[in-house]
Amino acid sequence: MSARIGVVTFPGSLDDADAARAVRIAGGESVALWHGDDDLKNVDAVVLPGGFSYGDYLRCGAIARFAPVMTRVIEAANGGMPLLGICNGFQILCETHLLPGALTRNDHLHFICRDQRLRIENTTSAWTRDFTEGQNIIIPLKNGEGGYVADEETLDRLENEGRVIARYLDTNPNGSRRNIAGLCNERGNVVGLMPHPEHAVEALTGPSIDGVGFFSSVLSSLLEGASR
Amino acid sequence: MARVIVDVMLKPEILDPQGRAVQGALGRLGLSGVQDVRQGKQFVIDLEGDVDSDRQALLEQLAGELLSNPVIENYRMQIVDDEATA
Repeated sequence: MSARIGVVTFPGSLDDADAARAVRIAGGESVALWHGDDDLKNVDAVVLPGGFSYGDYLRCGAIARFAPVMTRVIEAANGGMPLLGICNGFQILCETHLLPGALTRNDHLHFICRDQRLRIENTTSAWTRDFTEGQNIIIPLKNGEGGYVADEETLDRLENEGRVIARYLDTNPNGSRRNIAGLCNERGNVVGLMPHPEHAVEALTGPSIDGVGFFSSVLSSLLEGASR
Repeated sequence: MARVIVDVMLKPEILDPQGRAVQGALGRLGLSGVQDVRQGKQFVIDLEGDVDSDRQALLEQLAGELLSNPVIENYRMQIVDDEATA
């Protein structure tokens, strides 16, 4: 039986269908979760997809954080369930404080949409274990508020604990501190990523199929957990 | 009836690219000597009844959890007296 990966749809989510497709391409079973439901339908992991939940009103992710489904998602993540937030999902994870820091307006104010080269820095998290350390990948990046900020002490702690999972290569697209494109929590089950792996899972539509690795990683980490 | 005003500003150490863009526009429109511009938000909340201590505590909590993000923003809350909104 394949693992059940939930993908939450909020009002204004855009990439939920692509995230569900990426789950299926990696070999998982995708399960649609609704923001207003108080139920995770027995999923083994959850993806918070990209988009503009609640119109990005107030702050990106600020209102989604209080959606009924998020109470369950936060509980499950604190219990060790793998949780991936992509773009707007990353913003939601910072608003919930499952991940430290915040995502702010791109320093140049422009919305960026391009294929972005990244270096994978952490291969122990639930969502990056199928990569090799230092591996370069190319996946799409598209955001207006992707500038990662945190105080120096937090940034140092993230670096020292190996919790930066991916860094921007070539150029810093949004002013993120220390070129951080993604990070994980202490336990490694919660990952936030600004670029979009779910758009790079098929040669026909993506710049690469490098994005599959994030979804295959969680499946292998769940498999290992189950066989333990 | 009570009116509660919450001002939210980015913390001084957080870059404010919007404020910087406005600063540039002010200069182009002839305002000289602009040293800095910071852009913030103001929430004006009209409430039925008075703001007792319980309600004030909840307002403070919501100002700190929902209306602002303590990682990057500071807020200031003031409760305007009833006469001002009558």
